[in-house]
Amino acid sequence: MSPQTTPIADSTQDLELSERILAPDGTRQKNPDLDPFVADVDAEQLRALLRDMIILRRIDAEGVALQRQGQLGLWAPCQGQEAAQIGTARALDPIDFVFPSYRETGVIYARGAQPGDFVRVWRGEEGAPFDPAEMRVAPLQIIIGAQTLHAVGYAMGIKHEKAPEVAVTYFGDGATSQGDVNEAMVFAASYQAPVVFVCQNNHWAISEPVAVQSQYPIAGRAPGFGIPSLRVDGNDVLACMAAMRWALAHARAGKGPAFIEAVTYRMGPHTTSDDPTRYRDPAELEAWRTRDPIARLEAHLRASGELSDAHVAAAQADADTMAREMRAACLGMVTRDPLAVFDNVYAEPHCGIDRQRDEYAAYVSSLEEA
Amino acid sequence: MTEITLGKALNAGLRKAMSDDEKVVLMGEDIGKLGGVFRITDGLLGEFGAARVIDTPLAESGIVGTAVGLAYRGYRPVVEIQFDGFVYPAFDQIVSQVAKLHFRTQGRVKMPITIRIPWAGGIGAAEHHSESPEAYFVHTAGLRVITVSNPQDAYRCLQQAIASDDPVIFFEPKRLYHHKGEVDLSASLADAPPMGVARVLREGSDATIITYGAMVSTALDAASAAEDDGLSLEVIDLRSISPVDYDTVAASVRRTGRVVVAHEASREAGVAAEVIASITERCFEYLESPPLRVTGHDIPYPPAKLEKFHLPDLDRILDAVDRVLDRPNSLTGAES
Ligand SMILES: Cc1ncc(C[n+]2csc(CCOP(=O)(O)OP(=O)(O)O)c2C)c(N)n1
Repeated sequence: MSPQTTPIADSTQDLELSERILAPDGTRQKNPDLDPFVADVDAEQLRALLRDMIILRRIDAEGVALQRQGQLGLWAPCQGQEAAQIGTARALDPIDFVFPSYRETGVIYARGAQPGDFVRVWRGEEGAPFDPAEMRVAPLQIIIGAQTLHAVGYAMGIKHEKAPEVAVTYFGDGATSQGDVNEAMVFAASYQAPVVFVCQNNHWAISEPVAVQSQYPIAGRAPGFGIPSLRVDGNDVLACMAAMRWALAHARAGKGPAFIEAVTYRMGPHTTSDDPTRYRDPAELEAWRTRDPIARLEAHLRASGELSDAHVAAAQADADTMAREMRAACLGMVTRDPLAVFDNVYAEPHCGIDRQRDEYAAYVSSLEEA
Repeated sequence: MTEITLGKALNAGLRKAMSDDEKVVLMGEDIGKLGGVFRITDGLLGEFGAARVIDTPLAESGIVGTAVGLAYRGYRPVVEIQFDGFVYPAFDQIVSQVAKLHFRTQGRVKMPITIRIPWAGGIGAAEHHSESPEAYFVHTAGLRVITVSNPQDAYRCLQQAIASDDPVIFFEPKRLYHHKGEVDLSASLADAPPMGVARVLREGSDATIITYGAMVSTALDAASAAEDDGLSLEVIDLRSISPVDYDTVAASVRRTGRVVVAHEASREAGVAAEVIASITERCFEYLESPPLRVTGHDIPYPPAKLEKFHLPDLDRILDAVDRVLDRPNSLTGAES
């Protein structure tokens, strides 16, 4: 399972150079390397993956709508990346610990995020939407690439304790240019840390095409650090799941880190503040539309007679419920007391913060009296 | 009581912290077999093993960033940055991650990381080996910034920093690594003053000199010299430069009414500016004259042969003392 090494900087070529199980039209292809990792996945599990992706797309659309209606300051859409996120995240064990970037809505969904968790940060209510220890997911990371080091450090701890867990980190193609991601790979390889790097190559870092970050397939870099890698079709949920199972098994067996490049595409803007028409060729978008991860799995299931309209309708209904709950949670959020800005800056009493809190409390109460 | 150097006291403090809590792990470049370039981790690899005394790749952001991951998992990493001027590659991880994670997660994630930095000048070192970057960290909420000026404090405060659930930037004045002093290695931390408390090292009534780190001994020398001149100077070692113990500082200023703040770091937006602003807010009516700063110049750290013109010395401190006391000084001239 070595990555292709032809230098490329072109997205059509890119696609032909990745491993897959489901062709864009949904036909199942033989893949001797990946097939064994998903041999147990039956029709029911495939329908569950489809349902996950349908719900995720709905969460994403609701996030965009809430932002457009002024309820969220920002939203980072992940439409098009459902297979990469759901396929990899559904391969995890509950004990594994994830260090995501801001775009990993599908990953936190798969880890059990509650409806309000998807919007709390983007609405500006809290810095982290859930308890990292409970969900085993670190807060969404905005600083590009920083979380990859956290995953490696966490994995060094796992290794030290000889625990069976794996740390996983998600990041984009742009992140691979950051020093931190490269430092993370050095540390991971040097200490043989049980960590899986998942790069979602969605072809764009805001307006910069992947060729600005790399003139070489991204998965091809990992072996240079001593880390085995796989380059998979990121719109093929089965391939993503198989790759992740391979990587997790590798790490859990004490063989050290593994790297996955999921070749996918961000269909929408980078965030709701972005205008991709300024930098992206509409033809490219249309070409990727034919590779939609949800349509692909649906076609596969229908062709094998495993999907009825009722299945799809039920998944859609669940998606609608999720969207309703998300909206209700969002609109129902109550902003904390003004003095909450001083909370948890430090873990222990701090005379400087205590004094500023007192001063501000006096000021706030003087306004209330007035 | 044992007489040991400040460097040995730090080594003893690390050893004690590691024996007391198995979650304490050390990380840094060359800290294993070599024992660190200043030998502060000497012998610890042999005692605690490579899993707890981790020789890292040469990557400062990597060192601090992986320490963050270890803290997520319940460890208390003690990171050694080889020299002050090499902390900048790790700056992002320190200010964006280490300092903020407790706040961002509403207190659910603790970052009990101690970042040890051999710090400041006066040893004739090469470029990037004599910097005083403390103001950058003091300006960052979520960090505590501590320094020490003697072996006893070094032993005690380092253990307190490691035991703290908050991240601590721990500046070690490398000029003092070989200075000796009495250390009570058996004293319990429970009875010791907290690391955030300033200390009046010498009492006086005419003016207060406030300083920290290696500059403490310069200030004490200045106070001794002034005594020959009939002046009584109080000297305060801040120990904690974030947060500053303003109770101790203000009590002194209310008695003396005159203030000089001295540090090696350059002046603009430095710690002295902050301390003086806070003194002015708290005890303006007690001040007999405008408080003064004696600092490094606002220049990049100069080449070793010129550093003596950059670092505040005894004479520059005494000149400032003369100015706050309205005695003949460099501005008024000897005759006035
Ligand atoms: C250190 C840093 N620099 C710049 C930014 C601003 N920024 C936010 S997202 C982004 C592009 C990231 O692209 P990529 O890593 O490919 O991830 P994607 O957003 O495509 O998932 C940039 C430049 C940032 N958040 N952090």
